[in-house]
Amino acid sequence: MNLNTNAEITWCPGCGNFGILIAIKNAINELIGEGIKKENMVIASGIGCHAKIVDYVNVNSFYSIHGRVPPTLTGMKLANKKLVAIGFAGDGDMYDEGISHLIHAAKRNTDITMIIHDNRVFALTTGQFTATSPKGFKGKSTPKGSIENPINPIKLMLAAGATFVARGYAGKPDHLKELIKKAVRHKGFSFVEVLQPCVTFNNTYQEYNRKVYDLNAEGHDTSSFELAMKKANEWKEKIPIGVFYETQKQVFEENY
Amino acid sequence: MNTVTIGGKAGDGIKAAGKLFARILNELGYYIFLLDDYPSLITGGHNFNRISFDKKEIFSHYVETDVLVALDDKTIKKHSKELKKEGFIVFDSNSIKYSKGLGIPALDFVKKVGGVRIMRNVALLGAISFVLGIDFKVVKKVLERTYPTAAQKNVAIAKLGYTFAKENTKQVMSLKKVGKPRELMSGNTAIAYGAVKSGLNNYIAYPMTPATSILHYLAKNSDKFKIKVVQPENEISVINMALGSAYAGAKTMIGTSGGGFALMNEALSLAGMSETPIVIAEIQRPGPSTGVPTYTSQADLNFVLNAGHGEFPKIVVAPGTNEQAFYKSAEALYLAWKYQTPVVILGDKHLGESLRTIKINEKKAKKAMAKLSKGGKNYKRYSITKDGISPIAFPGRRNTIVKSSSYEHDEFGITTEEPEVIKKMQDKRLRKIKFIEKEVEKLEAVKIYGKGENIIVTWGSSIGAVLEAAKNLKNVKIVQIIYFMPFPKKKVLKHLKGAKKIVCVEANATGQLANLVKLHIGIEIKNKILKYDSREFDPTDLFRKFKRWLK
Repeated sequence: MNLNTNAEITWCPGCGNFGILIAIKNAINELIGEGIKKENMVIASGIGCHAKIVDYVNVNSFYSIHGRVPPTLTGMKLANKKLVAIGFAGDGDMYDEGISHLIHAAKRNTDITMIIHDNRVFALTTGQFTATSPKGFKGKSTPKGSIENPINPIKLMLAAGATFVARGYAGKPDHLKELIKKAVRHKGFSFVEVLQPCVTFNNTYQEYNRKVYDLNAEGHDTSSFELAMKKANEWKEKIPIGVFYETQKQVFEENY
Repeated sequence: MNTVTIGGKAGDGIKAAGKLFARILNELGYYIFLLDDYPSLITGGHNFNRISFDKKEIFSHYVETDVLVALDDKTIKKHSKELKKEGFIVFDSNSIKYSKGLGIPALDFVKKVGGVRIMRNVALLGAISFVLGIDFKVVKKVLERTYPTAAQKNVAIAKLGYTFAKENTKQVMSLKKVGKPRELMSGNTAIAYGAVKSGLNNYIAYPMTPATSILHYLAKNSDKFKIKVVQPENEISVINMALGSAYAGAKTMIGTSGGGFALMNEALSLAGMSETPIVIAEIQRPGPSTGVPTYTSQADLNFVLNAGHGEFPKIVVAPGTNEQAFYKSAEALYLAWKYQTPVVILGDKHLGESLRTIKINEKKAKKAMAKLSKGGKNYKRYSITKDGISPIAFPGRRNTIVKSSSYEHDEFGITTEEPEVIKKMQDKRLRKIKFIEKEVEKLEAVKIYGKGENIIVTWGSSIGAVLEAAKNLKNVKIVQIIYFMPFPKKKVLKHLKGAKKIVCVEANATGQLANLVKLHIGIEIKNKILKYDSREFDPTDLFRKFKRWLK
């Protein structure tokens, strides 16, 4: 199914977002093929480079505001449980502006999927540090280097009670597609952190290509919270991608 | 018209006693206005309920008290000066030493039947029921209905109080049955109920006094009303969740006070841009900032009128009585869905939390309905139309793609930065204003009471004390403005033009309504009666001020 719209794609050539766009379109197509009704698919985004994705995928969408995607999707599920709700947010969007919403959506275990385009920089505002920028990051607001330590999104979400925690890489769209499908199929709050190189302000392709490995191929036990926490600490030498943790809890909307 | 004031510490069951007494009076067929006054704390401090009642319809409480019921010393210190000359005090003699009035060993009575300390309030209620000449059968009936599981103890304690009073004092009144019981309702409950009757599906709110009672009432009755009630992590989440809910087709209302509304402003503008219907109940308390959380004010009028960045259609309605609260709340949901735009119901603590006799016809609640689209392959969520209203479809409809956006967008909902499209879309949205104005003109946007050359202009809950105070004034017309956006210029001008004298009554320090009148129709109101000590107007005091104004 052609999921293109008439919108002109305005990301920089080589942007990590293209990999995410391919992954989501293929995931949606396959999910529809597997029986999810297209009319029940809803996507939403915050504000930033990532957010343009809702203009580029021809399904129901709500182009929301900065940081507010989780409550927007939760509201949709309250109104209509049948909707399959997928949210997109950037690292600045979700780990800075809207971090409380992300934590509470995980705590609530709303049946939504949050995909975070984590390029570790505010890109659409032309390059400032975000909550996941490394210490020492030189941006326009931190010319001497950021003095703040980054947060670890995987650990944050595990601690908040997310029932599906995964990490993908924009440079591996097929792997990411499978992750997204698993996340959407998971009953409850699904979190997919996506390593997304920003060719203009934080080009991490080479680093990620070198370090990334599939932790599920190595037989990681996704039912173990402790192992997931341990794996979440890996970053310096190798970066694990795949499903870190998966469990079942009562789903928020099912209470209503 | 008579008044009973019941006071004590928080935790003494003052509110419960006030409500019980109001129910007893209601059972006898009286019209009631109950003021619930409490500070921002949970135990201790000083709480009081003031219940004014009459055989005729009553719009406000009165400070002047016939019977003062004291559960602590402070009540006597604070309120004995409010007693009328022939006023009477009933107090708990186990906790208070006082030489006048009737002391009831309330705590002894509670212990005698094995009750808990809070039941002292019932012993005193029993006593004043005798003093006021109320048949004990009525007291018993109300207690049994209110406390079905603890009726026996409560009735026994009340009876001890009643009998003690009978043996130790005389009756000062003889309140016999004067009519049938009616419904009692607070303004906040009326706002909630009005929305339910209009077709509400979801209510979302973060606790904030004095709007919280809407949340409590709807949460308690969610199964009965078949609605969903959610309390998210903060007010920003509240409004964004509500917009998601409305986008997916559910009629949704949210509630808060000034500070919470401030947090919602960004998404208020999103509602305007994405044309997502939403009703926001803003129940004012005194500001600035945290202000005086559990008291009343009308100082957010300008704030609400100017809220939200950018330009978009917005509707602001300020009911003044619980009846208006019911109808206007339903109207708010109706207008929000008809015009796909945000509507603010501006209430305040005095309207929201005072209990009053209510007469409503539920069938007259306006039903919320949107102009629906059948959707289809080329569905345009933002189709350009004559009246600016684009027929709406919701996600879940077959072969239809519904794209909503916070960005400026084309008819399909896809982002645009093209100047021609931007202008067209802005014109489309703003075109709705003209049609909203026409519709609001037909609604009760201004309410007129009485006839006369002298005009009292007022709004919101202040109408209650104004109506009471003006009962004995001649040649006076009251103009209550209910809709503020769109402002009913024609009607206001018609009633203010050629007036002999005009006075404006409102509970803020700068005369916000008076300034709006000047802005919209050019008439300057020099006489202003403003109250901004966080307390409600008292009709007796207001009457004196009106007399001075008319001299």
